[in-house]
Amino acid sequence: MSRILAVIKKEFLQMRRDRLTLGIVFALPLVQLLLFGYAIQTEVKHISTVVFDQSLSPESRDLTDSFTASGYFDVTSTANSYTAVTRMIDSGQAKVGIIYPPDFAENLKKGVPAQVQVVVDASDNMVASQAVAVANSIGLIKSQQVLFQRARLQSAPYDVRVRPWYNPDGITAYYMVPAILGIIVTMTMVMMTSVAIVRERERGTLEQLIVTPLKSYELMIGKVAPSIVLGYAQITVALLVGALVFRVPIRGSLLQLYLLTLFFITASLGLGVLISNIAKTQMQAMQMSFFVLLPSILLSGFMFPREAMPKVIYYIGAVIPLTYYLQIIRGIVLKGIGFPYLIGQVTALLIFSAIFMGIAILKFQKKIA
Amino acid sequence: MSLSGDDQAVSTRNLTRKFGSFTAVDQVTMDIGRGEICGFLGPNGAGKTTTIRMLCGILAPTSGSGSVLGYDIFRESEQIKKHLGYMSQKFSLYEDLSVRENLDFYSALYEIPGRDRSGRIAEMVAMAGLAGRERELVANLSGGWKQRLALGCAIVARPSIIFLDEPTSGVSPTSRRHFFNIIQGLANQGITVIVATHFMDEAERCGKIAFISNGRLLALDSPDRLKATALDGWLVELEVAGGVNRIGDIEALPYVRECSLHGPLLHVLLESESRMASLEGFIGVAPRPITPSLEDVFIALAKRSRVAAGTDGV
Ligand SMILES: Nc1ncnc2c1ncn2[C@@H]1O[C@H](COP(=O)(O)OP(=O)(O)OP(=O)(O)O)[C@@H](O)[C@H]1O
Ligand SMILES: [Mg+2]
Repeated sequence: MSRILAVIKKEFLQMRRDRLTLGIVFALPLVQLLLFGYAIQTEVKHISTVVFDQSLSPESRDLTDSFTASGYFDVTSTANSYTAVTRMIDSGQAKVGIIYPPDFAENLKKGVPAQVQVVVDASDNMVASQAVAVANSIGLIKSQQVLFQRARLQSAPYDVRVRPWYNPDGITAYYMVPAILGIIVTMTMVMMTSVAIVRERERGTLEQLIVTPLKSYELMIGKVAPSIVLGYAQITVALLVGALVFRVPIRGSLLQLYLLTLFFITASLGLGVLISNIAKTQMQAMQMSFFVLLPSILLSGFMFPREAMPKVIYYIGAVIPLTYYLQIIRGIVLKGIGFPYLIGQVTALLIFSAIFMGIAILKFQKKIA
Repeated sequence: MSLSGDDQAVSTRNLTRKFGSFTAVDQVTMDIGRGEICGFLGPNGAGKTTTIRMLCGILAPTSGSGSVLGYDIFRESEQIKKHLGYMSQKFSLYEDLSVRENLDFYSALYEIPGRDRSGRIAEMVAMAGLAGRERELVANLSGGWKQRLALGCAIVARPSIIFLDEPTSGVSPTSRRHFFNIIQGLANQGITVIVATHFMDEAERCGKIAFISNGRLLALDSPDRLKATALDGWLVELEVAGGVNRIGDIEALPYVRECSLHGPLLHVLLESESRMASLEGFIGVAPRPITPSLEDVFIALAKRSRVAAGTDGV
């Protein structure tokens, strides 16, 4: 125990003198959150739209108004030919074109389906899918209204209202900030510890350490323990930015969040220290860290919902610690749920920690070659 | 515990280490008594570091056996570690820690009781000549001080045996002498010292010298006995103009065993004292008999081992 403390103390002393690393550790959550938080706007609103209205009727104006009222479409210009519409979309001045044929109003009155053409620039996938979805629903709603009027009903027979729970306004930051926090912590923990042992090996101090009575597990624990403090410092910074800048409400218990985060930190540290034991140089350690961090970002449900992934990819996501932590932190922050709902995730993180640390300790031989 | 090793500080039997097909240490058998200073002398790549690492328990031998302080180096390397001090070839202190912090760290690793600790550290600081500079970062120290501090870290726990791997490479001659005085002081306290070196003057100060070349132990004895016995013949010195060009001629003489250049002089190993006149007749200069230096001993031993191995192609 006293030897573990000695290693911890030494690590803290070295950490304190390594201003650059310390700076990065604290600046990372700030910069990343601000960058990501503002840049990743998965929600698309105010899409610039061009209208080519050959009908020039109250009916066509009414439908255009419905498009504008949805908030998704901004009619930024009008056109007087197909070619003009095409040109505007090609040049990027508009992402969506709405084209009314000359007989739009007449068809509507006759009860013949009145066609409206909505052209979408699908080169931006995110914009396209949302525009298509919204345009479809607007068409549906308007059709129903017309049908109800014909049937002389006051309101629709069914009134289905979807209420998105936990994040009713669909504010991206609420969803993203906790997730980015998870990414930042795992990134810092894995990268910092992945060089921990290799660095001593490269500098030759490891050779000196392994002729002392210091045991493998004492060295491993002593090396990673100080990083836990850094992890918590990062989380605190990130939560402050989330709460103050993005106004993310923390609905659950902050205490539980801090407690459960420990297992995520230990799992990340375990992974880092395992890499450190395998890598021969600091360079290799860095590369290996990137290699494991990339799938974390892509497959954990951070960017893309895991439910939509092919089965194989889905199961790969299940062996990534971040996957479980995202469920924990989103659960506590957004849903306000607590430990009883998260036992499974916590258990998974504990297992990861034990396996990674265990292999690292077993793999580390007090030998030089 | 091995029986033969009980009274010895170090005892090995056919200790061998291979790296792939290359044999770095080849069947080394040696005994080093307690309280001795033993110098490992040999050219680059001889296998000194590899031998020391095996004895310290941080490199597994390929075959053979060995014990340090009576502990088996295969099975009891963790026991040995409690009693040994080690300074690796590149002194590996933490450059971003201060003098005091380095010593603190190692005292804690060896679990020196709290009440002894500050006294022990002060002792090491004084030995290294760093009194008053305890708070300085190691990165700011120059070679000699770093080296003595590294020694301080290695012996802060009062080990019974210390392994020093070329501790004096890259430091000034004054620092080297100072350092060796410290080592001698330790040996006088009964500590066994094993020191790898390239320097003949340091080797002269060792109680015993292990000559190592190409992984093989060529001789293990005191400097005086080596000089008296290792040379099979009569050593003379010659002052010849353009000596380098004459080496070939001289070596070709049937009664000459060995001829080598030492600064401006030639050292010639003759079959016997009676051949001095013949040599003078051949070269025209009077040879002077000399006591062999360790270097002469080493050259002769290395040559003999090459001949024995049948690799003396040059
Ligand atoms: N880990 C290793 N893998 C492969 N070869 C090695 C390894 N360590 C040492 N060697 C080789 O073994 C031989 C002996 O090396 P060693 O370091 O023991 O020599 P040395 O006597 O200490 O030399 P020096 O005076 O240069 O320190 C060298 O040829 C070296 O290249
Ligand atoms: Mg060496």
